[in-house]
Amino acid sequence: MRKRDARSAARGAVAQPERLGTAADAAGFGLSARSFVRSFVPWLALMAFLALPPFVGSQSWLLAYLAQTATMIVFALSYNLLLGETGLLSFGHAAYAGLGALIAARVFNASGMPLVLLPLVGGMGGALCGGLFGLIATRRSGTAFAMITLGLGELVVAAAWTLPGWFGGEAGVAIDRASGPRFFGLSFGPAREAYALIALWCLAASMAMFALSRTPFMRLANAVRDNPARAAALGCYPARIRYGVVVLSAFFAGMAGTMGLVNIELVSTESVGMMRSGAVLIATVIGGTAAFFGPVAGALVLTFFSVIVASVTRAWPFYLGLFFVAVVLAAPDGLAGFCVRHAARIAAQGWRRCRAAYLWSVLAALLWSATVVLAVQWVYAARFGVDEGAAGVLFGFGANVGADGAPLVSASSVASWWPAVALALLAALGALTTRCAMRAHARFTSPSSGDAR
Amino acid sequence: MQSFIVNLLNGLSYGLLLFMLSAGLTLIFSMLGVLNFAHASFYMLGAYVGFSVAARAGFWSALVIAPLAVGLLGAAFERWLLRRVRVHGHLPELLLTFGAAYLLGELVKLGWGLSPLSASVPVVLDGPLFSLYGAVFTRYRAFMMAVSLAMLAALVAVLRVSRTGLVVRAALTHPQAVEALGHNVPGVFTGVFAAGTALAALAGVIGAPLFVIEPAMAESLGSIVFVVVVIGGLGSLSGALVASLLVGCVQTLAVASDVSLGEVLSVAGVALPPAWDALTLAQLAPLIPYLLLVAVLALRPRGLFGRRGDHA
Repeated sequence: MRKRDARSAARGAVAQPERLGTAADAAGFGLSARSFVRSFVPWLALMAFLALPPFVGSQSWLLAYLAQTATMIVFALSYNLLLGETGLLSFGHAAYAGLGALIAARVFNASGMPLVLLPLVGGMGGALCGGLFGLIATRRSGTAFAMITLGLGELVVAAAWTLPGWFGGEAGVAIDRASGPRFFGLSFGPAREAYALIALWCLAASMAMFALSRTPFMRLANAVRDNPARAAALGCYPARIRYGVVVLSAFFAGMAGTMGLVNIELVSTESVGMMRSGAVLIATVIGGTAAFFGPVAGALVLTFFSVIVASVTRAWPFYLGLFFVAVVLAAPDGLAGFCVRHAARIAAQGWRRCRAAYLWSVLAALLWSATVVLAVQWVYAARFGVDEGAAGVLFGFGANVGADGAPLVSASSVASWWPAVALALLAALGALTTRCAMRAHARFTSPSSGDAR
Repeated sequence: MQSFIVNLLNGLSYGLLLFMLSAGLTLIFSMLGVLNFAHASFYMLGAYVGFSVAARAGFWSALVIAPLAVGLLGAAFERWLLRRVRVHGHLPELLLTFGAAYLLGELVKLGWGLSPLSASVPVVLDGPLFSLYGAVFTRYRAFMMAVSLAMLAALVAVLRVSRTGLVVRAALTHPQAVEALGHNVPGVFTGVFAAGTALAALAGVIGAPLFVIEPAMAESLGSIVFVVVVIGGLGSLSGALVASLLVGCVQTLAVASDVSLGEVLSVAGVALPPAWDALTLAQLAPLIPYLLLVAVLALRPRGLFGRRGDHA
């Protein structure tokens, strides 16, 4: 968080002389106009991402992927209201989304309201739950808040399993999205029409959250995040601000949950589960909490792993976990912060000076990823590929491999020679290029070069 | 009702097992200021490693080797990874332990497969210790209680009496001063982290025969342990002890009871729809720790033994 202060301070320092006007007014106007245009670029990119692919191809997996991504974008942005704007780490965010979707599904089934407005109902349901849980959780912040939300999330999960008639048991609560009244001749039965609805709501919710993040209330939330004692001295109640943010965030989370409901026409116990709470946390942190569009990038990365990588290999959770840990270690401010930091560095030092260092870095990253992918695929193939049915066989230390595991061992021991050599070679090359990259970076990183750590 | 005492003893042994986890968690939290989200994963790893070691060298060596191995892993995690992100504050640390929990879960699935394993109890500890009105208290439960109490005593002794404990306690509150006196505070951090994870692994080894060993065990017990720590008050060892025993006893008694929800609430004069009336307390037992959390926090936001203004 300190880094963001430094960055905004730096931006202020850049903007200040321009406003004081050593340069001509016209030049200053040109610059601000350019930055005004530049602030629209991410929005245009988001719209293009949501709108263009369905015109290129209309395979069902593409629409499903896009709808999942749109849902995750709203979900991650709503999570970032808590984590990025207010500094509240939550482990139970899926509870709002799942309960909001559940309420929306019940309302839709009972009243036959138009599907177009369903995300609003889901949002209100989510806000209701947020208002309830927030009463307990927001009296604390920091680690205690995180643990309380974890407990509340588990409470909802356990209740969803045990209480009868809540989530409809194992099957969940299903809706038929085409059963509502028609909207300008659209029934929303076909996947394309449903996706159009989801994409439009994704854009609307994102814009609403962007506007929200510019309100005085969210500035107060930022103050509460950075220094609750000073914020309290200004006359605001940190606990009340936190409560308000939790309710707002739960509103958008319920909206995201309902968008998922419109997509798959089902809400089940999985949609309140810890996996989903963890996923939105991972997406937001990978994307970066300091920038508004960080969570959007994180949502894209997450669905890339959970849909596209998952269709290739069953090791995708492992890769996602590794990527998450790598991001936390190398760039705690996420992909967005990483990009901003390095763009500033290149701008300050000139591309020519940095070129060698970045080329070495890219090469090292590629080599290490190749090493890791090869190793993980190899192990997964040895573990699950040959005999998925006999997964109970103890493979651990190779001692108790019985008759069931015999083909597994012989298969891997025959083939184990070459992958091992290749792995060693790749790892050695990776280590070498890492060394070169670190040297090259050290060469042009002087203590005075501002943003570099 | 005759089996009440045995159920209470069972609850105490479960509560002491919870305390072995929450004690390590609390120690690490009060020292490093970070709640180790991967703590339950180290517990799971201890159970798995213990299972593998026990299959080759017997239960007793597993009792020693598994905590040592997992403790070393914990030390390495603290030394090489956690220390690197400490400069960025507590949030990245918590996120890193979250990522570690995620990865450890995947690694365990990779190493031992998805299906549940069941650990066996050594012959000496197999069988009933005594039976009271037909309810049986097993020897293994008694052994579990003995180990937990011994660990508790050792912990208190080390922290209160020994010189190392003095340094650790001083480093809890005044790390800079302790460092200025020439003690290796980062080393103490690593040691505490290793001890905490080793305790978790020990709990995993001795808890394994009671539950099945499966990849979901970290999540199912972990959330209860975190709830225990919050109920007791973050950073308070005595609070962790009281909350562990409370949650352990209440949950065990609820599982063992055959009262339905309707009967309980009819005492209070509340009527429920018939579908809810038929629910037994045993079915609601998974909810109980979390309901307890809500109740405690509603009455006392800082937890039972938490200090006011701590990380508020």
